[in-house]
Amino acid sequence: MREKTPILGLRGICKRFGPVRANHEVDLTLYEGDILGLLGENGAGKTTLMNILFGTYAADAGRIEIDGEPVSIANSADAIAHGIGMVHQHFHLVARHSVLENLMVGQKGRHGTLDRAGAEARLARIADEYGLRLAPETPVAALTIGEQQRLEIIKALFRGARILILDEPTAVLTPQERDGLFKAMRALADKGMGVIFISHKLFEVREITNRVMIMRQGVVTTTLVNGPELTDRELGELMCGRELIPPERPPVAVGRVLLRLTKISAGGTPDRPVLKEVSLEVRAGEILGLAGVSGNGQGALAEVIAGVLPPHGGAIEIDGEVLDQPSVQAVKARGIGRVPEDRIGTGLITTLPLSDNMVLPRVGEAPFSRCGILDHRAMRDFAREQIARFQITAAGVDVRTGTLSGGNLQKALLARELAWDPLVLLVAQPTRGIDVGAAEFVHRQFLDLRARGRGLLVISEDLEELFTLCDRIAVIYEGRIMGTIPVAEATARNVGLLMAGFREDAA
Amino acid sequence: MDEILRQVFQVGFFAAMIRIATPLLFATIGELYAERSGVLNLGIEGIMLLSAMTGFSAAYFSGSLWLGIAAALATGVVAGALMGLLTVTFGLSQHVSGLALTLLASGLAFFFYRVIFGQPAMAPSIKAFQPVAIPLLSAIPVIGPVLFDQYALVYVAVLLVPVTAFVLYRTPWGLNLRTVGESPHAADTAGVSVAAIRYQALMLSGALMAVGGAFLAMAQFNAFTFGVVSGRGWVCIALVVFGQWNPWRCAGAAFLFAFIDALELRLQASAVIDVPYQVFLMLPFVLTIVAMAALSRNARAPSALLVPFRKEER
Amino acid sequence: MRVRLEVREKASPWLNLTLPLLAIAATLVLCGGLIALAGANVIEAYSVLFASALESKFAIVETIVKATPLVLTGLAVAVAFRAKFWNIGAEGQFLLGAMAAVFIGTQESLPGWSLVPLMILAGIIAGGLWAVLPAVLKTRFKVDDVVTTLLLNFIVFYAMMALLDGPWKDPLSGYPDSPDIRPDAEFPVLLHATRLHLGVLLAAVATVLVWWLMRFTTLGFAIRAVGENPRAAAYAGFDVGRIIVLTALISGGLAGLAGVGEAAGLHYQVMAGISSGYGYTGIVIAMLGRLNPLGVVPSALFFAVVITGAEAMSRSTGVPVFLADVIQGTALMTMLMALLFTGYRVRLSLTGHG
Repeated sequence: MREKTPILGLRGICKRFGPVRANHEVDLTLYEGDILGLLGENGAGKTTLMNILFGTYAADAGRIEIDGEPVSIANSADAIAHGIGMVHQHFHLVARHSVLENLMVGQKGRHGTLDRAGAEARLARIADEYGLRLAPETPVAALTIGEQQRLEIIKALFRGARILILDEPTAVLTPQERDGLFKAMRALADKGMGVIFISHKLFEVREITNRVMIMRQGVVTTTLVNGPELTDRELGELMCGRELIPPERPPVAVGRVLLRLTKISAGGTPDRPVLKEVSLEVRAGEILGLAGVSGNGQGALAEVIAGVLPPHGGAIEIDGEVLDQPSVQAVKARGIGRVPEDRIGTGLITTLPLSDNMVLPRVGEAPFSRCGILDHRAMRDFAREQIARFQITAAGVDVRTGTLSGGNLQKALLARELAWDPLVLLVAQPTRGIDVGAAEFVHRQFLDLRARGRGLLVISEDLEELFTLCDRIAVIYEGRIMGTIPVAEATARNVGLLMAGFREDAA
Repeated sequence: MDEILRQVFQVGFFAAMIRIATPLLFATIGELYAERSGVLNLGIEGIMLLSAMTGFSAAYFSGSLWLGIAAALATGVVAGALMGLLTVTFGLSQHVSGLALTLLASGLAFFFYRVIFGQPAMAPSIKAFQPVAIPLLSAIPVIGPVLFDQYALVYVAVLLVPVTAFVLYRTPWGLNLRTVGESPHAADTAGVSVAAIRYQALMLSGALMAVGGAFLAMAQFNAFTFGVVSGRGWVCIALVVFGQWNPWRCAGAAFLFAFIDALELRLQASAVIDVPYQVFLMLPFVLTIVAMAALSRNARAPSALLVPFRKEER
Repeated sequence: MRVRLEVREKASPWLNLTLPLLAIAATLVLCGGLIALAGANVIEAYSVLFASALESKFAIVETIVKATPLVLTGLAVAVAFRAKFWNIGAEGQFLLGAMAAVFIGTQESLPGWSLVPLMILAGIIAGGLWAVLPAVLKTRFKVDDVVTTLLLNFIVFYAMMALLDGPWKDPLSGYPDSPDIRPDAEFPVLLHATRLHLGVLLAAVATVLVWWLMRFTTLGFAIRAVGENPRAAAYAGFDVGRIIVLTALISGGLAGLAGVGEAAGLHYQVMAGISSGYGYTGIVIAMLGRLNPLGVVPSALFFAVVITGAEAMSRSTGVPVFLADVIQGTALMTMLMALLFTGYRVRLSLTGHG
């Protein structure tokens, strides 16, 4: 199914952000009917490259060729005009509007009014040709995540895309929904579409692509043809540039229950809560993972444990004592360390200096302040200590926190919590968007905490991460805990079924 | 209560109410366009004041009222573009940018009025707009004089509402505008220029606010005075919230406010009720705050209102 | 041409000084154009404008007296804006403070020595509470604070006019000015043969207190944190609602204190024109002062000079006195644009190819 005329060529693309080389001399070729996997770790340059292709960024050097002819792409309108469509990791849909209204954005109307009939007809044609179907008047807010992604793909087809870029599309899907996506991708490729599939998940890339391009630190390291002899291990090493050694997880004696949630209902309204009677336990010396497709209540659960969201019902027990009035102060005082999912929105105040952020949760206590008066020296000394301990790369304690890289921000958040020796550490999406070195460091800290007899609750959408770290894996679906599986018995299949809402007993 | 009813059913009450509502309609719909595109335009009071001055001055010297309106329109468009420069191109705080615009525009209005007209003993005035009766329709008993014997700009204001509803909900530009206001990234990745739409919305918004201001100085009254706007612009900000960012409801809010204002004027004049007249003057503002408190909880504001759009952020 | 903003690594402290100066310079240039349009000589007009406020000891003292309410309203707005509580109501809080002072100051039943401290207390509390109202509406009901604080200005103004037209009307002249406060209530004059009154000292003390509060206390830290990122502040354990209300109390109190100073130190009564927009000028002053108490003082002095000098300039050159208002508006706008350079470096680029 391979034609020899490349529909897309990127030649010598270079892009810098300040001192960082995001892309350097990148070449890429895509044919009709091709499914090209773009593999690399977080920070390898894959998304930057695609953003250049889609017109969000301008390359510093290099050219883009469509059907062999060089073209200029200054913004997304140009990209769309050249037949390039992109499905971003975070969807760009208007929840309040209908499917049809989301499709008609940016389109010319008929006689100055919206051409609903024409749009509906085009939608029906896409459904017939590619099997991607959605009712036009449905408000987007009523669609499932999988259906919203389908809408994003339809949007690209609606605008006549011949090249489709999918940026980490499976992050938000259950294993079963992912199979549906792969089926759709094959159907698109069969019709001559060129597909670029960006991922850092090795087994997915092996499954669906016919060619693989690997990037590391802004450079293309290899381009190879996908075949049966290609292994995950090989791909992983090509991706990271070294041998992958899974971290050691020695057996640790599990002790008392440090955190217990009993029938917690929270979020939404008391009649229709987001979390529905959730119960779970974290013991000393264990890492409990929480798996689930994003949007199934993980956020609310994290907020309840963090003390930000008071529950409608149920009980929270920390080290045997029931918490009467759950609040951030109470939860902190009893020994819960918290690293939120949204580092720069919820965890840190990016416009403040690093030293201010390092003491943020405890600035009202000694040694940082006495009787309401701050001790700036103590604050800065503390910040300096933690920077050294955690090898955080920063020019000093006075830098604007927002200038730190993702990995360093995560280290700072972790340092902030671990300095107070928490009983239980709650983390959400700990290694999302950070480089391999920082991710390894973070994982080591977790295992270290576990070895010292503390407990951890790790909420993650990355199943591989959970399998590596955790002793037990709980699965959340639509606000309920579907089941908890010891990691020795956990497989992608049984966890995936729970993630999709199938209880073990009913299966 | 009887007194209130007596005033309401007096001849001319509803006609007055519609006149009072007209500048509010222009300015509120203007603000609506800006906010639906995601920008809070707090320059409204200043734009109305400055445009009232430029409109009045142009009319005074040229003898043509419509030339005055054109001058006011131009003022509003320029002011809107300036607001766009601050909030869209420079991404500055929409709150403070709008306040700066109001302060500057107000200062310019007073300054240039003095430069142009000096401080004569008798304040300059013009022959204001006269009502234009629509033939046939204005002869209908009772409602004829009320609805169809008004200033030309009143008809424009009233027609503005269905036209706006059509533009917002039935045209491609309107859909693009609404998308920019809800999710600028969605619009951007669909090939719509967020900056262009916001500039257009702001300039249109300025133009409409300007006509509202000009109406005050050239139809409702026949001169420009320093107090010709007196806080009406700020009230329109609240009217957009009352109207839940929907053109029909915003119009309803404007009429409701005009009703209360007209009532308050007449009650003052009739001197029957023994309350200081200033209480009536404050009543609209008090009601505005109360209603905002009641409605804000369920506000259906455009999701991207007050958030500057930067491409690199996802 | 594309304007791109690149993040600056460290906040550069010298920018705090040069940016406001740049803004003022730009303002003077732009407004010079307006002076020319008014048909006057720019240099001559500016000389009169600035010199008249500083030409004699008496003039300098008068300028300081004029700057006093501006320092306080500037502080009020600066504190509020730090928490992103958009207090546009300093004008109304000022009026309430003045009214509270006159109310206390005309009470015959109170002992003479207690009047001054009570007036100050009453003014601070009145102004503070008037700001707490919109703060509560913001935290509980999510009502936009810009509109509410603004509308409350009009409400207070009409209430004041109702009082001046009613129980406080001067029975002799029929003008809307209130009865005078008792002689014991008048603020003591600090410098003989001038109008330099206690209010000036209060403003100086307030400046130091606010500076100390913002830099050295946990409350000041909390105010900044809540203003920069309320979600992160809440996650870290700050009670965001309580802090915003406290900020409002302080902010309104400062504005109320400004009103007390004018009523008890200068006019000894309340009249319709007791405020010439001090609350709104406070916004410009606060922004020019970079929301820092140490910047508010020079900023307030600058505007005191401009406002006083504008009268003299108008008399001698014929340039309308409203130039002062235009200078205010232009200064705010140029300052806003200058702010771009603090957090970001502005990069202008000709559109590159795709």
